Amino acid sequence: MYLGRFPRIALAFAVLAGLAFIYIPLGVVIINSFNASKVFSWPPTRFTTRWWSAALDNEGVRAALLTSVKAGLGATLIALLLGTALSFALVRYDFFGRSTVNFLVVLPISLPGIVTGIALNTSFTTLLQPFGINLGLFTVVLGHATFCIVVVFNNVSARLRRMGTSLEEASSDLGASMFQTFFHVTLPQLRSAIVAGALLAFALSFDEIVVTTFTSGPGVQTLPQWIFNNLFRPNQGPIVNAVAALLLIVFVLPVWLAERMSGSESRGTAGRL
Amino acid sequence: MSTSTAATPSPASAGGGSGRALSRFFALHARSRLAALLTAPLAWVLVLYIGSLAMMVVAAFWSVDSFTGSVIRNFSLANFQTLFTETVYREVALRSLGIAVSVTLIDAALALPIALYASKITTSPRIRYAIVILTTMPLWAGYLVKAYAWRIMLDTNGVLDWALAPLGLHGPGLGLIATTLALSYLWLPYMILPVYAALDRLPNSVIDASADLGAGPGRTFRSVVVPIILPGIIAGSIFTFSLSLGDYIMVKIVGGTTQMFANIVYDNIGVAGNLPFAAAAATFPIIVVVGYLAAVRRTGALENL
Repeated sequence: MYLGRFPRIALAFAVLAGLAFIYIPLGVVIINSFNASKVFSWPPTRFTTRWWSAALDNEGVRAALLTSVKAGLGATLIALLLGTALSFALVRYDFFGRSTVNFLVVLPISLPGIVTGIALNTSFTTLLQPFGINLGLFTVVLGHATFCIVVVFNNVSARLRRMGTSLEEASSDLGASMFQTFFHVTLPQLRSAIVAGALLAFALSFDEIVVTTFTSGPGVQTLPQWIFNNLFRPNQGPIVNAVAALLLIVFVLPVWLAERMSGSESRGTAGRL
Repeated sequence: MSTSTAATPSPASAGGGSGRALSRFFALHARSRLAALLTAPLAWVLVLYIGSLAMMVVAAFWSVDSFTGSVIRNFSLANFQTLFTETVYREVALRSLGIAVSVTLIDAALALPIALYASKITTSPRIRYAIVILTTMPLWAGYLVKAYAWRIMLDTNGVLDWALAPLGLHGPGLGLIATTLALSYLWLPYMILPVYAALDRLPNSVIDASADLGAGPGRTFRSVVVPIILPGIIAGSIFTFSLSLGDYIMVKIVGGTTQMFANIVYDNIGVAGNLPFAAAAATFPIIVVVGYLAAVRRTGALENL
């Protein structure tokens, strides 16, 4: 698009301002985690790494981290199986009600989390509790898987649509069985999309708090829940900040990996929800 | 026929006789293949998710015994009556809608120049890639981390107050403006991505044609670019609007005493233990969002999600 010099510079300035808006608050969290002051004060008084070590040694943080990892792995596993099957069904087949199924599948990420949370809470407490299944890690995994499926589904479908079927047809023509074709031809082409979907599903589950709040029972606390519960306790302030800074750094890793996995063919997989 | 076999067959069966037989069966029966793929995920979505939503709608018509606190499973419109008649609920509902709309408009205004610059202005693929990565990465930086960041930014004597002090100004403090600002920040990448994708698909020749016909950049933007990328903007607005409408955590962290509609839902299920009333209140965001989704369905926005 041709623009004069002034609008071009103005637009570039808008981009820089937007990036500053995005990154300044995050930078502040990281800087403040080294702030020696016990209560929040800006600008930082002195440099210290004591809150970082306090955060890493904190029992509550460790337990919550473990819970988050378990929930994330469980939800990602379910999402991988169901999401991949679903994308094959919706991309490769045409059937009555396909667009309705497509609509229903994206509903868990289109509706506010509190709706998903309270809906699951209602049915878990009314239908599962009479059978002795109480809210706990298991119900958190069920809740997370519901929206993680969408992430895997979106990533794998995008790849399937680009892939076409000619290689698979060639494999069948050469006498391979359907399963041989799947494992030797289809899966290798899909692998990176599946891994990217899994990483993003895990990241989404790891960060989730709303559905978690409504589906977790007493005694189950994920890391986001730990942060939320300690956010308003004045003496925990610096540790919360250090945990937040740690998460900021840890989070970038799986997403960056997912981005690498999907390679140059699809820009911005990091955002393909 | 087990449904999981087709989705994830074990490698051992790939070469074996029964594997061959199964493979032959599926090769000849496309419908069975589809059923094997679709049954498990569809059952999951229908039973667990849609079933739960239905269950919630049913529970909205129940009530709670005010003495024992136990749920009475009899049909009653009392919850909806309370929601409609008490002005506080109407006020909070309107405030939440106002915040959701403002967040959507702010995000659209921020996302358009960034996406436009990345897709149509810069000629360097590296700058383009950098902008896309830099704007999408924070999507995964963690909800609470970002909420916390804005608390430090906006709190009294926070970063913003400190930065504005030399100018004799101070930040908005915690409250309604802080909530709107922080939510805009939170959902911005959800707007940038679909808008960028839509712009990326828009051929440059269309823009050149508009210029050849004598339109200036402003006119081209208004009459050519915006109408074509509208589904992308609407796709982004689904996220920004719906996520803001359902938020109750950000407002607790940076909102001071401000309440949003989702807080009513949360407080009733948590503190008050009134699940039926919470379920009734939760139908409001559902009706609004599903209504919005239905309204924009024809624009093709759902394919841009």
